[in-house]
Amino acid sequence: MAQKLDTAQMHKYWTKTSRLMWTIFALWIFFSFVAPLFAVQLNTIKFLGFPLGFYMAAQGSLLAFVVLCVWNAISQNKIDEEFGVQED
Amino acid sequence: MADSKTAGGGGFYGNLGKIYGGYAGGFIVFTLILAVLEQMGVPNKIIGYCFVILTIGVYAYIGILSRTMDLSEYYVAGRKVPALYNGMATGADWMSAASFISMAGGIYLGGFNALGYVLGWTGGYVLVGILLAPYLRKFGQFTVPDFLGTRYEGNGARLCGVVVLFCASFTYIVAQCFGIGIITSRFLGIPFEVAIFVGLLGILVCSMLGGMRAVTWTQVAQYIILIISYLVPVVWLSTKLYGVPIPELTYGQALDQIAQLETKLGVVKHYVDAFTDAKGQFSWVEFNNFWALVLCLMIGTASLPHILMRYFTTPSVREARTSVAWSIFFIFLLYFTAPAYASFAKLEVYQNVIGQPIANLPAWVQNWSQVGGLLTIKDGNSDGILQLSEFIINQDIIVLSMPEIAGLPYVVSGLVAAGGLAAALSTADGLLLAIANALSHDVYYKMIDPKASTARRLIVARGLLVGVALIAAAVAGTRPSGIIQMVAWAFSLAAAGLFAPLVLGIWWKRTTKIGAISGMVSGFGICLFYLVMTRYWPAEFKAMFGTDLWWGIRNISSAVFGLPAAFAVTYVVSLMTPEPSKEMQAFVDSIRTPGGAVVPHAA
Repeated sequence: MAQKLDTAQMHKYWTKTSRLMWTIFALWIFFSFVAPLFAVQLNTIKFLGFPLGFYMAAQGSLLAFVVLCVWNAISQNKIDEEFGVQED
Repeated sequence: MADSKTAGGGGFYGNLGKIYGGYAGGFIVFTLILAVLEQMGVPNKIIGYCFVILTIGVYAYIGILSRTMDLSEYYVAGRKVPALYNGMATGADWMSAASFISMAGGIYLGGFNALGYVLGWTGGYVLVGILLAPYLRKFGQFTVPDFLGTRYEGNGARLCGVVVLFCASFTYIVAQCFGIGIITSRFLGIPFEVAIFVGLLGILVCSMLGGMRAVTWTQVAQYIILIISYLVPVVWLSTKLYGVPIPELTYGQALDQIAQLETKLGVVKHYVDAFTDAKGQFSWVEFNNFWALVLCLMIGTASLPHILMRYFTTPSVREARTSVAWSIFFIFLLYFTAPAYASFAKLEVYQNVIGQPIANLPAWVQNWSQVGGLLTIKDGNSDGILQLSEFIINQDIIVLSMPEIAGLPYVVSGLVAAGGLAAALSTADGLLLAIANALSHDVYYKMIDPKASTARRLIVARGLLVGVALIAAAVAGTRPSGIIQMVAWAFSLAAAGLFAPLVLGIWWKRTTKIGAISGMVSGFGICLFYLVMTRYWPAEFKAMFGTDLWWGIRNISSAVFGLPAAFAVTYVVSLMTPEPSKEMQAFVDSIRTPGGAVVPHAA
């Protein structure tokens, strides 16, 4: 049974949740904006038969997004259980 | 329960795997039968008819089976949709005519620069998952404006939300009607303007009787068809060209071959080169537009109400999160295949179409030329040979015509048409429902007649659904713009108007009612101003600012200007107005934790 958290616990819970959010947010920025920033340079490298810059924008970053979403679901569920605020 | 779907509620929800597995198998068998019929000499026209009419028939059947008179079923599918199926439904809701029909075409024409669409239309789910979906699910009402109306206490914010939702979703839905028109016109052989309305019937039968419940279960069915039909031609070509049925691995070789042919044909703008202009030179304008587009599409993803409201339908907050992960996985399957689709199409055109005698071109050229000027072949130098510059193909027909260009059996073309139709119909349904729900629930019920009975509310919702659909189809008949451009506008409008109040409402307790409303008005206002002025009054815009476009940013990325304004204004005005009440802060705390009740807060 999930109970209501007191202010201190709520604060702790939200700090942990926010930290996870910001970590994933930073990685999201990296794969969305920073990695493709160097597409011209990366394109000179071959990866699996693809120019790497093209590969990242067409496949690499996309894979990273899927992993980030799965990671978020798993880690946040763990945080919820740690604080006992998961649903019944 | 009287409203259970087929053989009792538990029966349906317990057997989802079997039902949809059987359905997918049935669809494959149906396709194989048509393939055999084609070999036996059944004309192409009949094959096209079978695909279009039979798939719409199946959706209509599901729509009618799922009819309901229960409010929670109508608005949020009874909150019983498991994460996996909600993921598929979101995939279909998400992938529209723009993704299915136009995106690979955009890559075909634009090369690397168009990969901004691929990135932009996937990465946004990370934001949906970490910033919004679980919290909106916990809030647990019917619509996105519901959240704004509660968090920002009153009808002001609710109405702003409805206006943004309407503008964004309506623009989006016009694009879908356009796509539906192209497909039905080509495969049923009827005029474009009529075809739009025929397709419209397909949308209405799915959503009108059963609302969200019907849309959910048809969207799952539509996802299955659209993903099969997108993958088949690409896998086929990959096997044909390189002997390996995994296109995502093999099209690197196609890129090499394209590069060689580009040299031979004298193409200066190379397919894989990043941020190049028409002359093949690196261009800062292209570079800036790439970022602007990626940003607008991602933020737009996390702001579009028809997507966010899908996460209102899961049984729990936990399932909402898991469902985001499933959604992006199902979407990823199509998106990481799209560049392969584009590359194979490019290779086929360069190898087998360019340089052929025009008189010998196969029938598909003739057939597509008849659909509203989307393909033109003009023998500029009158030598009877097709040059690259004489072959002008619209990006909206590349995916649909590729199986024919590559010489695959016509049954594959029919399959792709069915997939494109599924993509356009499923998104149109979701959008239509988002608009009609906002008008019937937020405007009619919450603002005009709070005493309306359930039956009356459902009748109003259905009436509005039909009305909006008819208007959208009529607007699409005027061919306002290309599909992908209209869709990108919708993303910008939603991003500029809704992202800041939604995210700050959950993540920053200090956000006040006045702050949020001013932020929405200014963000959306600037975005709309830039879009409308640069699109319809470019001369006046230039007279005002002395430039065609601010920093060369195209109006598909208008939200780049609206977003910072929305955040800045919300922030400053919130700090200038009194802190939200203790009860409101408790409300925010209660939606931040999955367990426990939402602290009721009278609006």
